[in-house]
Formats: sequence, C-alpha cells, structure tokens
Amino acid sequence: MSKMTNSASTVQPTLHKHSNRLAGKKAKKVLAEIVAVLLTIILFGVPLYFVFVNAAKDTQESSLLNMSWPTSFQLIENIQAVFLAENGMIIRAFMNSMIITGASIALLILFGSMAGFVLHRKVSKLSPFYNFLILAGLIIPPAIVPTIWVLESIGMFKTLPGIILVEVALHLPFTILLYKGFMATIPKQIDEAALIDGCGKFKLFFSIIFPLLKPVSATVIVLTAVGVYNDFVNPLYFFPGADNATLQLTLYNFTSLYSTQWNLLFTNILLISLPPLVLFIFFNKQIVAGMTAGSVK
Amino acid sequence: MNTLTNRSYTNLFLLPAGIVYFVFFLLPTILSFFFSMTWWTLTDWKFIGLENFKTFLSEESLNIGFKNTIIYAVVTCALKVILGLLLGVFLSSRLRTVGFIRSMVFFPTLLSTVAVGIAFSTLMHPSQGMINAALAAIGIAGPDWLGDIQIALLSVALVDVWKGVGLATVIFIAGIMSIPEDYYEALMIDGGNTWNKFWNIIVPLSRPAMNTVIILAFIGGLRSFDLVWAMTKGGPGFSTDLIASIIYKQYQAGFYGLSTAGNVILFILVSLLAFPLYAYLNRKEVDL
Repeated sequence: MSKMTNSASTVQPTLHKHSNRLAGKKAKKVLAEIVAVLLTIILFGVPLYFVFVNAAKDTQESSLLNMSWPTSFQLIENIQAVFLAENGMIIRAFMNSMIITGASIALLILFGSMAGFVLHRKVSKLSPFYNFLILAGLIIPPAIVPTIWVLESIGMFKTLPGIILVEVALHLPFTILLYKGFMATIPKQIDEAALIDGCGKFKLFFSIIFPLLKPVSATVIVLTAVGVYNDFVNPLYFFPGADNATLQLTLYNFTSLYSTQWNLLFTNILLISLPPLVLFIFFNKQIVAGMTAGSVK
Repeated sequence: MNTLTNRSYTNLFLLPAGIVYFVFFLLPTILSFFFSMTWWTLTDWKFIGLENFKTFLSEESLNIGFKNTIIYAVVTCALKVILGLLLGVFLSSRLRTVGFIRSMVFFPTLLSTVAVGIAFSTLMHPSQGMINAALAAIGIAGPDWLGDIQIALLSVALVDVWKGVGLATVIFIAGIMSIPEDYYEALMIDGGNTWNKFWNIIVPLSRPAMNTVIILAFIGGLRSFDLVWAMTKGGPGFSTDLIASIIYKQYQAGFYGLSTAGNVILFILVSLLAFPLYAYLNRKEVDL
C-alpha cells in the first residue's frame, strides 16, 4: 500500500511538469494565432476598411485620405452621385459587363465541354499537337494590334460579339483543360453502353455526358465570371469608346474625372467590388477548387 | 470495341472551340510576326524589315522594359512562392481562426486589379498616405513609394503580391493537404522536429503545388500590365514601364508596327523563359 502511494507521489510531479510544458506550448500557440490574426487584419482588412469609410465621406473629408469614421455618413448620397455621373454611364457599363460575362460563360461551357470531351476520349496522332496548342494558349500573351486588325476585318471591332469572342478564345485553353481533366473521372463504359443502346454521337454527349460534367461547369462559371468581369486589359483594347464602357473602365475613367472627388471614386470601387464579394460568399469552395485544379496531380 | 468507340467521337466537336481559338488568338499571333516588320496604319503597311526591333532595342525608353519586366516577374514570383508556402503551412494547421485568415488573404484575388491599384496608390501617397502616416507614428520616415524611381517598381510589385498571394496560398494548402499522414507519423517515430517536418516533408512533397505557383506567378508577372497602368502609368520617367505597358503606349501613339514588335518581343521572352521552366519543373516532380 505504502509502496503504491510512494510511486504515485513520484509520478505526480513529472505529470505536473508535463502539463506545465503543454500549457506553455499552448500559450505560445495562442499567442502566435493572435499575432497572425492581427497581422491579417492590418495587412488585408485595413485597406478594405479604408475604401469603405472613404466611400461614405463627403468630398472634403475624403480628400484627407485618412481612416477616421465619417462625420456625416453619406454612402447612399455618394452611390446616387456615382449612378448619375456621365449620364448614367455606370448603368450602361453594368449592362455591358453582364452581357460580356454571361455570353462568355455560356460559350465557354458549350465549346469547352465539347472539346474537352473529344480530346479526352479520342486518342490520335494529333493529340500531342492539341496539347501543345492548349499550353501555348495558357502561356503566350495575346498579340494586341493584330487582334484589332482581325476584328476590324470581320467587322467586329468595338462590338459586343467581338469582345465576347476574344474573351472566349483567351479563356478556352484553361476551360478545355478543366473539362478534359474531369472527363477522366467518367468511365468509358458509360459511352459504350449508350452507343450499344443505339445512342447517336450527339445524343451521347448532350444528354448523357454533359449533365455529368456539372461540377466542372460550376467551376467554369465562377472562374469565368471573376476573370471576365474583372478584366480591364481586353475591353481597353478591343471594346473602346464611351458607349462601350465596362465597369472596370468606368473606374479608369473616373480616376481622372474625380481626381479630387475621392469619395465618389471609392464608392465606385465599392460598387464594382460587390459582385465578386457575392460570388465569394456563395461560391468560395468552387472558386478555390477551380483555381487549385491541376496543381496537385 | 475500342475502335468502334474511337470512331464514335466526332471531330466536329472540336470545331467551335478550334475556330474561335484560331481566329481570335492563333491567327493574330501568327500575323504579329509579319506586322512587327512593317510600318503599319491598320489600313496600309510598308515592309521595313527589322527596323522596329532595332528601335525597340536601342531606345532607352523602350528597352528599359526588359529589365523592369524581368525584375517584376522575379520579385513577384519569389515573394508569392515564399509567402504562399509559409501561409500555406500555417493555414493547414487546425487553428480556430484558419477560416478567417484564409478568407481575408484570398479575397483580394477576386477584386479588380484596377480598383486595388487605385486604392493602394492613395495609401502609398508620400505625405497624405496611410502607410507613411502609420510608419511616422512609430518613428520611421516612409519613402515616396511610387514617386522614387529606385523603389517605384518594387512598390507596385508589393501590391501585386498583396493581391496575388491568396491564390498561391490556396494552391499550397491543397498541395500540403494531399501529403499522406504516414510521412508525419514516420517522422515522429524517427524523432524529427518541426523544422524537419517543414524542410524534409512539406517542402519536397508540395513540389507539384510549388511548380504551379512558380509557373502561374512568373508568367503572370511577365505579362503584367493593368496594375502598373492603374498605379503609375509607367512613371516616374520610365522606371515602372513593363513590356506590356510599352506595347499599350506605342499602340496609343499610333505606332502599330512598333507596338506589335513589342508583342513579338514579349512572346519570345515568355517562350524562352516559360517553356523551358515548365519542362524543367515537370521533370523534377516527385511522386507521392
């Protein structure tokens, strides 16, 4: 009996020491976590907060470019002012952005899935060549003025179809890559069974394969939405002109127009950041999945 | 059976994508080689041989683009890889605040580059900007971030990293998460410490993720244009001019042949650096 208590009392201190060390380790971990959260807030939260508070100030106060809370909160008035600027340019720009983004998504899903399907299923001597074209499309920067020349020759320069088809062409390689990769998870036996049952080449794809591609299509939708909506360079080159503005270009026009009216500029930034924010809140998973696709074999 | 099914996939399905890709991407790329050797007004051209390339290489306002583009690509790529890896390791742990930090770091990826550029050029204002105000509060005299020709390019590169490190991070997280637990268990048995875990397991085994980040960030850096345009328009002087912004300037000025020569030069630069890099990185990949 006495032996037992003895051994227990010798165990006790070591146990205590152990838990002390654990507690110390835990405290360190908590401290590291607090530092990380603070750093994140300073580096990533503060710039967003800065835009927000300045979007809610009057012109004079916002010209100080500081982070104090607005003395009179007039975000609504500023939004109205931005909407009325340049005869409602932002509304026209919003329409254009939505049409370009929507049409690009539709065409990319259709063309990309069809190509990805055949490129995965049909192995031919040309396969390496197709793979090279996809890689080239991912790497090579588009040739600007020759593209304008081609668009002009077929009457599509400064038109919605023109900018849409350019966006589709530039996003196709990655889209095809996504579809082609996903096709590998759909067993070939499905095709064979359908074909034996007398299913045609077109019906096989459109009524059997295409519905199975839904997860990638979701990824393509969010990725294209973010990419095309935020695109500044291509509309700048291929869709110029006041009537043709997209949301990103209104911002660019506003920088000179409102060089002293920071509040309206920041309101404009806030407004055009809303669609990505909504996407982010609802489709965070798909966006991350799409952007990391193919990175981890 | 195999031949039967192979015949059941029609090349017609490649046609829509092929036509769009050819007309709006490949054809202009091929044409750029010809038009880069012309004096060009869009309606008329005159063949002038390699004159445009000579101009591009000899004029300082144009050839500064090489140096700047490579510095920009290397700096942004290196920082995104290092910071992305460290953040990825930190955010792969089971901390309570991981979701919050990950969201905050990733969100700028989805924002418009121009909006980010404008916001940061006000934050970086030498006298009024918040960054220098914050530095002054702790007794440091902040530099003129975008006005000093020595550091303007690096300032823009830092904003690029701010916006893009979230993508690098989520790619690294995906890579680190795919490392099988057995490796950590084996390390524990062998008595390895945290440093061993990082250097001997995570770094080599997240190699595919690292390769993706390197390729994406490096090519993105070489082709970069919108952030520089939104923040400095290539200035002060030509100190932040990248090849892509020079292409735009020459286009605006109506020198279409010269602008296209810039495109061809960028094409060659990207191909010379990116294709070999791609091949090299893919060769060295380890299997899990």
